[in-house]
Amino acid sequence: MDAGNLTLQYLLSGITKGSIYAVVAIGFNLIYSATGVLNFAQGEFVMLGGMVAVTLAHFVPLPVAVAGAVVIVALVGCLLEVLFFRKLRHHSVLHLIIITIGLSIVIQEAALHIWDEKVRSLPYFTGNEISSIKLFGAAISPQVIWVLATVAVTVAALHVFLKFTLPGRAMRACSSNPEAAMLAGINIPNMRTLSFGLSAALGALAGCVISPITMTHYESGAPLAIKGFAAAIVGGLGNPMAAVLGGLLVGVLEAFSVSRLPAAYNDVSAFAILLLVLFVRPHGLFGRPGGEAVREH
Amino acid sequence: MTRLRQLLPFALFALAMVATQGLLRALEMEYCLTQLTMALYYAIVVIGLCLVMGYAGQVSLGHGAFFAIGGYTSAVLTTHDFSRFKAAGWAGGLKQLHVFVGQQDLFGNQIMTVSPWAAFFAAMLLTLVVATLIGYPALRLKGHYLAMATLGFGLIVNKTVLGTAAFGAADGINGVPEWTLAPGLTICGKSAARVSNYYIAATLVLALLLLLRNLLHSRVGRALQAIHDRETAANAMGIDTAAYKLRAFVLSALLAALAGVFFTHYTAGIGPSEAGALKSVRYVALAAAGGMANLWGVTVMSTGLNYLSLRGLFGSYDHAVFGVILILIISIAPDGPLKPLGKWMGGLASRLRPEGRREHGAA
Amino acid sequence: MALLEVENVRRSFGGLVAVDKTTFQVAPGQIKAIIGPNGAGKTTLFNIISGLLRPDSGRVTFHSRPVTGLKPYQIARLGLSRTFQNPSLFLRMNVLENVMVGRHSRSRWGFAGCCLRWPGQPREERNIRDTAMAQLDYVGLAPLAHCPAGALAFGQRRMVELARALATEPTLLLLDEPASGLNTKEKEDLGQLIRKIRDRGVTVLLVEHDMKLVMDLADDIVVLHYGIPIAEGPPSVIQSDPKVISVYLGGEVQADSAGGELSAKWSQSP
Repeated sequence: MDAGNLTLQYLLSGITKGSIYAVVAIGFNLIYSATGVLNFAQGEFVMLGGMVAVTLAHFVPLPVAVAGAVVIVALVGCLLEVLFFRKLRHHSVLHLIIITIGLSIVIQEAALHIWDEKVRSLPYFTGNEISSIKLFGAAISPQVIWVLATVAVTVAALHVFLKFTLPGRAMRACSSNPEAAMLAGINIPNMRTLSFGLSAALGALAGCVISPITMTHYESGAPLAIKGFAAAIVGGLGNPMAAVLGGLLVGVLEAFSVSRLPAAYNDVSAFAILLLVLFVRPHGLFGRPGGEAVREH
Repeated sequence: MTRLRQLLPFALFALAMVATQGLLRALEMEYCLTQLTMALYYAIVVIGLCLVMGYAGQVSLGHGAFFAIGGYTSAVLTTHDFSRFKAAGWAGGLKQLHVFVGQQDLFGNQIMTVSPWAAFFAAMLLTLVVATLIGYPALRLKGHYLAMATLGFGLIVNKTVLGTAAFGAADGINGVPEWTLAPGLTICGKSAARVSNYYIAATLVLALLLLLRNLLHSRVGRALQAIHDRETAANAMGIDTAAYKLRAFVLSALLAALAGVFFTHYTAGIGPSEAGALKSVRYVALAAAGGMANLWGVTVMSTGLNYLSLRGLFGSYDHAVFGVILILIISIAPDGPLKPLGKWMGGLASRLRPEGRREHGAA
Repeated sequence: MALLEVENVRRSFGGLVAVDKTTFQVAPGQIKAIIGPNGAGKTTLFNIISGLLRPDSGRVTFHSRPVTGLKPYQIARLGLSRTFQNPSLFLRMNVLENVMVGRHSRSRWGFAGCCLRWPGQPREERNIRDTAMAQLDYVGLAPLAHCPAGALAFGQRRMVELARALATEPTLLLLDEPASGLNTKEKEDLGQLIRKIRDRGVTVLLVEHDMKLVMDLADDIVVLHYGIPIAEGPPSVIQSDPKVISVYLGGEVQADSAGGELSAKWSQSP
């Protein structure tokens, strides 16, 4: 394989992972916009999605298992909001963030006790681990196509939802001006619940499509949360669509750094990117200084 | 007189420490002192975190990593053989200054390592630099970026340790030598030194609490509190809010690293789990359980809960317990369980006395 | 020589221009007032002067030093102190401690010195306490020194905030609607106190809706309308300024009763 093909291979692998980071980043943004909370349990939604789907797949056909996992995790997301955040809205943002940290650990430990510490994965949606498609000379797994297509469709659907439907517009109104939204008759608590549910559903879907490639493990959530957060920051927090670009960028950078560094330092480079971005452009590559990213809570 | 009253809690704490040791001796359970000593070292991390959470109003999920940086720096420098530099002139100079010392390794070979004191200062210096690099960008931003930045940083440290042979990878580093603080005062895990080590840890905690009490009852403490309460107003009153938050964070990281160094010498080793996110979350949970801005509450809660955890009381739910504590405390009693508990007891007492109740109703 | 100069300052939020083409000066020893209906950009202007907001263009000079772009704490150290529209006390401290925070820029011991109670630090701490106590006494709240700040009534909070601002030993004091939420008696006391502060040599710049208070107190008034100054001068001139009257009252009211009418009209405006 020549150097050009190798580069293409890394690029594709980066885009695949990056698209997952993008979905996590969008999840971050949805909750952050609606509630001002950085949800540290975001990665756990991805992990739960994969785990639930793997279990369901034993009993029902794969598409049903994936759909079931998405619905179940979305309900979990809504439930968390109702149980922990709805009552505690008078708490400071600091407290709410700490609660999400606690939730993240509890969900992880619950997953460890419900399932176990084994690595699981869903079967490939089509084909198997050795089947591959030639694309511009690079060999890619059909699952990569699944991931990219799913993410693309999801992002497009979300865009349409936020831009053109009534609940979507209501959600955007809540994040840009909660008081005005309330005066306009929008039920803000419900919008917050919706943001958690939607965010959890997105995470679960991502967890399902990526499961055949990266496997699912009770601890696989936290690194995804950090990389998703890095993607959100790169895109500029509060801007869901820029998060897609942020996610892809983080994914590609990670893929190329893996080619240079020993595999053990795989995640190290990704987190280093996060710190670097925080250092150099805290308002994101596409954001403006003084915007959303530096607002006071 | 007021000064005496301020020092009273410190005297009580010292007394409680002595009483505990006496009680354990009487019960022939002095082996428990080992876990208690470890819990006291962990408490130092939480006390430091108190400064960040309770006073500067930020969350750090990287305190496990700072603990590990302290411990690992110390462990690597005091176990790594620097003999190959023996011939170099600078090494000779450093040996003169007792930075390098000769000793025997596990197999009885003569090696040259860095002395524990020098390693301690190196660890502190490294922590100072690293904490400044992490805190500077994250704390200039409003909001809670420090939490994410430190979580990412913690995972970097964890993965780096796991992936590097020089840090012992998954096994960590063993055979860290003892550290003689002063003649007769040696930090080591030998059972003969159990009691003296317990008192070293207790004294260290007490001394740090005293220093922090002084700090918090000064213009610096008020500035930090003001930042937590109303950052904008604090800034308009002439407080360089970004610099104060950074200094509080760095000081708190230094305390974590200090605890790491002592802990590593005491247990003669350190493993990668110390840097893990779960450890850092545990510290946050303990700080919350103690009431965040309450040095005594934090010290008591974290020593107690860590002791129970180290005795294996929580079994396979060890991490989950701390997650649940975190959620419950913050959602039910965000100022810590001690305050509402005190209020509740007070209320109960007044309800039991009919006169008290009437008084209560009138007020 | 003016103490504070605001030159051609402009600031917009998104598409909304909050302050524009604003130029005025504050002479030392003056009590100057900025008036205008709600949304006229008065608080924005205060935030720009005290460094909480950066102007899009224009400059602010304090003590002949350009302060545009400095952080609030840097401007505070130059001798500018302020209060906020909603009293912004540190609620977990007591009243005295709140005022002691005001001494921050006039004291110097850092982390290490305070930890160790280094010789000299305890004395400085006592000085801070005594000076803060004196300021509390000055505004008449010394008996409440050890009350939790959160337990105070609204008017008392305003006074504590004022004491805190005075504790910084400012040369210029910015008061953002100091009389709002006060009753008539409290307003009279406030007027006297502000005069007393001015007589101490502190220059005062205030934003206020209460026209009676402003007309009584101010040496000089700037009128803002949609972020743009439309008139400047002593109260007598402002009261009879046809531009002020026509813009705000549609020219229906006689000039001689304008003071009272302005007050009535503006307190109703949204």
